[in-house]
Amino acid sequence: MSVPLAEKTGQHQLPIEFADEKESIKITGFWMFLVTDVLIFASLFSTYAVMRTSVAMGPTPDQLFHMGPVMLETILLLTSSFTIGLGVYFMRKGQVRALMGWMIVTILLGAGFVGTEIHDFVTFAQQGATWHTSAFLSAFDILVGTHGAHVTFGIFWAITLLFQLRKRGITPQTARKVYTYSLYWHFLDIVWIFIYTFVYLNGKIV
Amino acid sequence: MPSFVTYLIHTLFPPTVRYPDILLIDAGLIVGAIGLVGFLTKTHRWGWLWREWLTTVDHKKIAVMYLISAIVMLFRGGIDAEMLRAQLAMPSVHFMPAIQYDEVFTTHGTIMIFFMAMPFIFALFNAVIPLMIGARDVAFPRVNAMSFWLFAFGAILFNISFIIGGSPDAGWTAYPPYTGLAFNPGPGENYYFLALIIAGMGTTMTGINFLVTTIRMRAPGMTLMKMPMFVWATMVTSALILFAFPPLTVALAMSLFDRLFGSSFFTLTRGGMPMMYVNLFWLFGHPEVYILVIPLFGVFSEVVATFSRKALFGYPLMVVSILAIMFLSYGTWVHHFFTMGAGPGVNAFFGLSTMLIAIPTGVKIFNWIFTMWGGRIKMTVAMLYQMAFIPTFVIGGASGVMLAVVPADYQLHNTYFLIAHFHNVIIGGTLFGLLSGMYYWWPKMFGMKLNERQGKVAFWLFFIGFWITFTPQYLLGLKGMTRRLYTYPAGLGWHELNVISTVGAWIMGAGFVVLVYNVVWSLLYGERDVTGDPWDGRTLEWSLPSPVPEYNFARIPVVHERDEWWAMKQKGQTMAHALRPEDVHDIELPKNTPVPFLLGASFFVVGFGMTFKWWPIAIVGMLGVIACLLYSGFDYDDHHHLEADVVRQTEASLGRLQG
Repeated sequence: MSVPLAEKTGQHQLPIEFADEKESIKITGFWMFLVTDVLIFASLFSTYAVMRTSVAMGPTPDQLFHMGPVMLETILLLTSSFTIGLGVYFMRKGQVRALMGWMIVTILLGAGFVGTEIHDFVTFAQQGATWHTSAFLSAFDILVGTHGAHVTFGIFWAITLLFQLRKRGITPQTARKVYTYSLYWHFLDIVWIFIYTFVYLNGKIV
Repeated sequence: MPSFVTYLIHTLFPPTVRYPDILLIDAGLIVGAIGLVGFLTKTHRWGWLWREWLTTVDHKKIAVMYLISAIVMLFRGGIDAEMLRAQLAMPSVHFMPAIQYDEVFTTHGTIMIFFMAMPFIFALFNAVIPLMIGARDVAFPRVNAMSFWLFAFGAILFNISFIIGGSPDAGWTAYPPYTGLAFNPGPGENYYFLALIIAGMGTTMTGINFLVTTIRMRAPGMTLMKMPMFVWATMVTSALILFAFPPLTVALAMSLFDRLFGSSFFTLTRGGMPMMYVNLFWLFGHPEVYILVIPLFGVFSEVVATFSRKALFGYPLMVVSILAIMFLSYGTWVHHFFTMGAGPGVNAFFGLSTMLIAIPTGVKIFNWIFTMWGGRIKMTVAMLYQMAFIPTFVIGGASGVMLAVVPADYQLHNTYFLIAHFHNVIIGGTLFGLLSGMYYWWPKMFGMKLNERQGKVAFWLFFIGFWITFTPQYLLGLKGMTRRLYTYPAGLGWHELNVISTVGAWIMGAGFVVLVYNVVWSLLYGERDVTGDPWDGRTLEWSLPSPVPEYNFARIPVVHERDEWWAMKQKGQTMAHALRPEDVHDIELPKNTPVPFLLGASFFVVGFGMTFKWWPIAIVGMLGVIACLLYSGFDYDDHHHLEADVVRQTEASLGRLQG
């Protein structure tokens, strides 16, 4: 199997989402937006780190967390990061049906993640562990909740993209939108890895 | 439904907004609003207002709207300042009730920082950055309009607080537990948090927009080291905004959640930690003071080079020092609360990092002086502000280094010494820079010069008034007068100095009146700028006619030199700028859209609803926000083409087309 290298064919072909200068500038802008989102999460993580031990009369992290649902959420979200990667792969090959298929899989996995997380939060609330309880729970809820809200927003964003793809197919504009969406989704995946490590694992160990 | 009406009146108009002066303002606002509506209807201007301004995405018009808002806010913040000085002029005065005094110092600070200085800076960014880098607009024109309307509606939300519901009264820093629900019921602080979150979103978007604009939209040939200093300043400021505003948003949101939803981030019970707010706030707050001053370093670099008729001295060092300031500014936030008692190690680190910033700043000061050295200096108003800036900023900076000495700070913390210091750098650096930039670029924005004589009168009033106001405050601080002090008894030795300070504030107020007169007079009778280059400028914006046509550049220039326009004039190539008709092609321009305006209005409704915890109203606003986002997501029709013939006609009418 021989792969034609860009250098050999003599012309450097950019992927479709970068081909149009205007769209490419928008991708730069989206990276800058992600910088601000990194800072949002950094602030929330630092707040959590400070307030982790301020449990007042409420439960400690160790008493509260159950790793079963968290493991399920992790598997769902990491898998969805792979499926959106496959979607972008097929987008670059120009296969709109495969792209839409993998986006739908991504949406379903994301919905599974959000569903499990909501179930988790409801369980906590039934045990009386809400953010009224302690500074630790306030910080935990706002950190994990902000991530969950981002995933939820991403699901609705993907749905609007599906409509646009069905109407317009893969154009430089729709391709750029799908690509920025995939950046966003991978970013949330990375944040989750940090939440998994610093919030849940750390909470169980200490 | 009398009970419902009583509830509304009690909530919207509590006793704190029923002082005689506020009722008078209410009446004035109502009369003004009726007058404005009447004027717009009588002159059939509603359509014009909507098409030309409210839905515009043109960076030059957005700049004008930013400028108008900033000057209105300068008026509001200035009135607050005059009220504070009136209260403090004499011992044991009761010019205002204590609660109103708290509200006034809170709104003075918040408005001057967030709703005067920031939009004024963005006015300058919008007015000249695309012109300086040879671009037709910013990277994201619609986002730019959204930024403006988020700022504007945030500002409106903040400003209605004093007539509806009551102003915030916990200082511009809004520390808990002053803002906690237990100590501060009522809607005032809700207004503060929501207005700043809404305006802050707009500011963050502006940061992203101008960072991408300066990185990706420069004309061919303009490498990083050929960018004018103001472009560098914009790039660095945008990067600072990008990294500084998210922590603020988080801190504000958490305080708001404490108040509205009963969480306990910063409460005194259930493990909350007020100091976490202070850390997050200053993690934003210290970079913010550089956000406020670095753009003006850029302005001064342009002004000093133009009016000394010399290239900027030590350009590479200027770039290095501005970048050094950017990085160092993130490592100094603890110097705002040395008295927290984080320990000698921490305090020593932050004291040292603070002093370090004086080095790159000093480099810049010397470079400006060396730029003037041997130059043929023209004493225009813009240049006067530049020359006043240098000593003022040096003294303000030196008192800052004094505050960075930790043991001294334990004495000076929260005294009038601190007040004098930060007014010294913010007025001496930011306000003088803003006014310098305004006088410098006014011809480019409006097509006429501001009258120089009147401008000089305003300048001297500001400059002299500034020193009369704030020199006594250094001494008052050393004599132990603390900030946010409502009143003081006679016999502490503070009386005379306070009188002098108040007189200075009146002089600055007179300066503002002359400034406004100057603007209005010049709009009516000012000298038209027919050349497009009234100051014999150096950078590309002066190669365009004033005011600039909608598309900026009929043909995108190719840049070879740092001071490209100056180099072209030296080589006698300005006529080469005249176009041949075949050089002109169709131009793609962004299309006007009502979405940014409606998005801002929707956020206003959300903010208003949440302030009073009227959830149905907040939900209606949120639906509006979602509708705006959905509409722009599905809207692919976002630009239109300007026919080459139209461009040729415009250029020909300006005498810039060959043949």
